[in-house]
Amino acid sequence: MADEHYPEDLRYHREHDWVRVDGDEAVFGITWFAQDALGEVVFYEPPAVGATLAADATYGELESVKAVSDIYAPADGEVVSVNEDVVAAPELVNTDPYGAGWLVRVRLTNPARLDALMDQAAYVAYLAGLGEA
Amino acid sequence: MTPPTDFAQTAQQREEVRTIFERGAPGRRASHLPVLDVPEQPIDDVLPARFRRRGLPLLPEVSEPEIVRHYVRLSKRNFDLDSGFYPLGSCTMKYNPKLHERVAALPGHSRLHPLQRPERAQGALELMWGLQNALGEIAGLPHVSLQPSAGSHGELAGVLLTRAYHEDRGDAREIVLTPDTAHGTNPATVTMAGYRVLGVGTDANGGVDLDDLREKATDRVACLMLTNPNTLGLFDPNITEIARIVHGVGATLYYDGANLNAIMGISRPGDMGFDIVHFNLHKSFTQPHGGGGPGAGPIAVSDRIAPYLPVPIVTRTEAADGPVFDLVDDLPKSIGRVRGFQGNYGVFVRAYAYICSLGGEGLRQASEIAVLNANYLRALLRKQGIGEYLATPFDRHCMHEFVMSGGPMKRDLGIRTLDLAKRMLDFGVHPPTVYFPQLVEECLLIEPTETETRETLETFAKILAEILAEAVESPETARNAPYTTPVRRLDEATAARVPVLRQPLG
Repeated sequence: MADEHYPEDLRYHREHDWVRVDGDEAVFGITWFAQDALGEVVFYEPPAVGATLAADATYGELESVKAVSDIYAPADGEVVSVNEDVVAAPELVNTDPYGAGWLVRVRLTNPARLDALMDQAAYVAYLAGLGEA
Repeated sequence: MTPPTDFAQTAQQREEVRTIFERGAPGRRASHLPVLDVPEQPIDDVLPARFRRRGLPLLPEVSEPEIVRHYVRLSKRNFDLDSGFYPLGSCTMKYNPKLHERVAALPGHSRLHPLQRPERAQGALELMWGLQNALGEIAGLPHVSLQPSAGSHGELAGVLLTRAYHEDRGDAREIVLTPDTAHGTNPATVTMAGYRVLGVGTDANGGVDLDDLREKATDRVACLMLTNPNTLGLFDPNITEIARIVHGVGATLYYDGANLNAIMGISRPGDMGFDIVHFNLHKSFTQPHGGGGPGAGPIAVSDRIAPYLPVPIVTRTEAADGPVFDLVDDLPKSIGRVRGFQGNYGVFVRAYAYICSLGGEGLRQASEIAVLNANYLRALLRKQGIGEYLATPFDRHCMHEFVMSGGPMKRDLGIRTLDLAKRMLDFGVHPPTVYFPQLVEECLLIEPTETETRETLETFAKILAEILAEAVESPETARNAPYTTPVRRLDEATAARVPVLRQPLG
């Protein structure tokens, strides 16, 4: 299990998903907080390559020992590739959520949408608010 | 009570677990047939070769004591209601009176063949007819089918009834609403019945978010599936307004009867405005259950849904020499059968025995005590030593069960709800439901039921306080629990990732 951290070079969605922008493409995954809440991930159902993902809508499922959870797209895009390593070894989401545990790579269809996401400081503040609620 | 501190292996843990196929020896038998005293028939005359298997079946070859010890050993590795407290929220693990077992074991019940003709099974049909009526009265909905064999099966039948009702009016609808507190079976049922799930939010009081419901209730909605009290253990006081909104768009209102134990004889789903109700006979009406059955999930419906009920229905007609009971199949608009034969009959016998022995007043009292027990336990668990670590998310009286959050415990003590649950096993109690409902962080869902004494509830609170005090000193103790169960902490992740689904034989 990785230690709690939230990299500064990512943008964050309120459903605990992250985006790493790479030119006109981007990589999506779930945050340390999300994998910690889920517990040990045992199954990843990815979207099809070529599928269209809409921001705030679900695009796949992660199943942990506790529950099956939807994964939310933090931005609009078309799936370029999915992380087959996570399909084969879902625990990568727990051990390396921002690296080997990435979920999907998309071609961004509406990059302006990224502005609606939180930066690292805003997301950490958002998490602190959840703890108090 | 002394928490186990000796972490050496128990005899049960050291024992090698074997399947029955790994016991015995070739040729060993539990019984021997007598010498043949009639002329032997050539096997080909009795059963042609094409219908016969080529090799012998692979069966265990064991003596009778080996069989008995094998299963008794397995039963000792199990935890059950006859062994201890079992507050598994949403599952209503109430005590099963032994009287019901005696009644169900009567040969007229236990030896009844499912293909017995109705005229030869009048007693059984009378019992089923009586059970139908009693359930209709409890639900406040007059038309009942005993066919579905589980709560989830009752849900599926109920949503198929909704589909039949809308389609019969030429009204195609595609959405079923389920609150985010719904049992996981609800969205699964919706999908199986060919509808699309749309979630409805929860308001600050733990009830249905009425604004969200009004927004989502359109003429494309076929049904709202609701549990009341819901899985947070809270009764939704807005139920008549919810019914008005749902009926206003022409949809049906479905009652998930999983939590019926809170309201029996006090309020009726039919009076709240529900069209379809399923019962979990194995929960609310006592039944040894868990591990997959046997169960029964009868449904009760309103007049407008009645024409579509599954067949057969048990009927009673008056004849010159007394009433005659029958199984009726010819309902032209029926959705048809939802299972073979007539349901899990033994479950009907126990449920009917329960209803008859308690009576209407007794059922009401059972619900009242279930609610009282839950509120008493909830109050005990808010006291110092527990309340700091386990939060009570909704500051209202609960019904028959309640949720707590292990969030503060996780942050302050570094142990999770799973660790707390595992440590409870060392104290001889079954843990509550954990991590459900999902909208509560590190959730515990606790349902003590009406059959537990005040002393049991107080002991449970003491156990929790003790585990939490122990975790202040040594969180590792809980993290590595349990220590005294037949198996120690299981590797649930590997079991899910690399399941072993096949036991090779021979």
